[in-house]
Amino acid sequence: MGKMRSTREGYGEGLLLLGEKNNNLVVLDADTSCSTKTDIFARKFPHRFFNVGVAEQNLMGIAAGLSLTGKIAFASGYSIFVSGKAWDQIRNIICYCKLNVKIGATHAGITVGADGATHQALEDIALMRVIPNMNVVVPCDAVEARKAVFTIAEEIQGPVYLRLGRGAVPSITQESTPFIFGKALTLNEGKDVTIIACGIMVWESLKAVEELKEEGISVKLLNFHTIKPPDEEAIIQAAKQTRALVTAEEHQIIGGLGGMVSEIIAREMPVPLEMVGVKNSFGESGEASELMEKFGLTAKEIVKAVKRVLKKKKTILPL
Amino acid sequence: MENKELEKKATQIRRDIVLMLQESKSGHPGGSLSSTEIMVALYFSVLKHDPQKPNWIERDRFILSKGHSCPVQYACLARAGYFNREELFTLRKLNSRLQGHPGKDKKLPGIEVSSGSLGQGLSISVGNALGFKLDNKLQRVYCLMGDGELDEGQIWEAAMAGAHYRLNNLCAVVDNNGLQIDGCLKEVMNIEPLREKWNSFGWNTIEIDGHKMQEILNAFKAAQEEKNKPTVIIAHTIKGKGISFMENVAGWHGKAPSKEETDRALKELV
Repeated sequence: MGKMRSTREGYGEGLLLLGEKNNNLVVLDADTSCSTKTDIFARKFPHRFFNVGVAEQNLMGIAAGLSLTGKIAFASGYSIFVSGKAWDQIRNIICYCKLNVKIGATHAGITVGADGATHQALEDIALMRVIPNMNVVVPCDAVEARKAVFTIAEEIQGPVYLRLGRGAVPSITQESTPFIFGKALTLNEGKDVTIIACGIMVWESLKAVEELKEEGISVKLLNFHTIKPPDEEAIIQAAKQTRALVTAEEHQIIGGLGGMVSEIIAREMPVPLEMVGVKNSFGESGEASELMEKFGLTAKEIVKAVKRVLKKKKTILPL
Repeated sequence: MENKELEKKATQIRRDIVLMLQESKSGHPGGSLSSTEIMVALYFSVLKHDPQKPNWIERDRFILSKGHSCPVQYACLARAGYFNREELFTLRKLNSRLQGHPGKDKKLPGIEVSSGSLGQGLSISVGNALGFKLDNKLQRVYCLMGDGELDEGQIWEAAMAGAHYRLNNLCAVVDNNGLQIDGCLKEVMNIEPLREKWNSFGWNTIEIDGHKMQEILNAFKAAQEEKNKPTVIIAHTIKGKGISFMENVAGWHGKAPSKEETDRALKELV
C-alpha cells in the first residue's frame, strides 16, 4: 500500500498539470474550490478559472457556453449537487449537444462522512450513466484520478462525469499502470469468481481477495474505472471464465455498477451475481470508516458476497 | 436593410410561421409571432453572420433560450439563406432537422445549441460571452428569453454572473408579451417590476416597443456601445402579434391553426 491520498487531490493535481500543457482548459467551480481542489488550478491560472458561486445549474450552463467557444471546460462541485440539481442542464444541453464539458464531481459516496445524507451522493452513477452521450469514470486512487483528467480531456470529445471522493484512499495503481478509458484493469487473476469494483471499493476488494486466497478461493479482480461505456468484453469474459460475479461500489446497488453489470450479463452470459453496495437507503453522519462498516461497504461484506455467489454457482450452474 | 424592408420581411416570416404550423399541426405560434420583429432585426441587420458559412468562427452567436419559439428562428434562418425554405414544412416531422424544439444533434445550419428546457439559454450565453472575452474576441452574444421563462431561478443565477463578469459583449432580450401557458404572468407568477429587477442585478436595461423596428435597432445599437455591463432589452410585445384572433390569447401559446384559421391569418398578413 502506497501513500494515502484522495482522488479529489489527484483531480486537482491533474488539472494543474493539464493547465500548464493546454491553454484551452478552463475550470469552473460552484463555491467549493477548496474542497474540490480546483483551487490549485485557480491560483496558477486565475484568468482561466470561474467561480460561479453556489449555483450548480448556472455552472453547467456557463461550462456549456465556454465549450461552444472551443474550450475544454471542467465544471466542478459536490457530486450530489452537480448530478442532482443540474441533471436537466447536463441532460438537455451538455449531453444532448455532446458538448466538451467534463464534470469533476467530488465528495461522492458515503465516505463524505459527518456531513450526512444530504451530502452523500449514492445515486449519481445511475443518474449520469442513463443519459445518452454521457461517459462515467470512477477512479480508485489519486494517481488514477490524475491520469483520468488527462485522458478524458485529450482523448474524449464530449461529456464525462468523473466521480471523485473526499477521503484519503490507499494508492493501488502505480505511475506506470496504464489508464485506458473504457478498458477494465485486471488487478488479480483467478478462476472461481470475479469481483468487479470501482472507486474506494477496489481497495476493499483487494483485501477480500487476500482473505479469500487464504481460504483457497481463487478470485479475479477487475478495477472497473470506466462505468460508461462499459468494457463489455471484460465482463462477458469474466462471466465465462469464473461463472460467478460480485460487484462492489460505494453507491446504491440499483442503477450503478451492479446494475450495469447485470444488464450486460442478463443479455450476454447469465451467471450468478451478488452486489455489494448501499441497499436502497440514505446515508447518515459518522466517520467514513464507521459508515462503510454500517452500510456494508467492506472487505468482510465482499467476502460474504463471494461465498453466497459461489453457493449459487454450485446449485444453479452445476458444471 | 431599410426599416421598410425589415418590416416586410417580418410579415413574410409571420406568414411562414402560420404555414409551417398549419402543416405540422402542432407548435407554438404565440411566442413566435410576438418576437418576430426582434428576430428579423437580429438576422437581417444586427448579427454578424454568414448563412453560407454557418460555422464561420468570427460569427456573433444567437442563443434561443425560449426554444418553443423556434418556428420564428427556423423561418428567419431559411429566409436568410441557411437552408432551403421548403425544408420549413418538415417542422416537427420524423427525420426532420427542424425539431419541435431545436436539437443541435440534427445539425440544422444556424442552430448553436439545443433548447427547450426553459431557463438555460442565458447561462449558456454567459459562458459563450466569457469565452470570447477570454480570447479577446470582439464577437457578441445575443440571447432571446421569454417573460414566462423568467420564473426559472437559473435565469437569475445567470443574470448575476453576467453582471459579475462585466459581459458588455452580451445582449439579452426579453420577449415581454405578458402571457404564459396558464394565463397572464400577473396572475400566474408576477415577475414585475422587471426593469428594476434587471437594473438591480447590474444590467444595462432598455425598454422598448418590441414591434417597432427603429426602437429595436436603436436598442441593439445602445447595447453595442455599453462598456461595462451586459444589456437586457425588455421588449414589450403582443403574443400572437399580427393575427387578430391570436393576439393576447394565452390559448395560442402552443396550438396550431386549422386550414380555415390559416387562411384568415394569411389574409391579415399582407
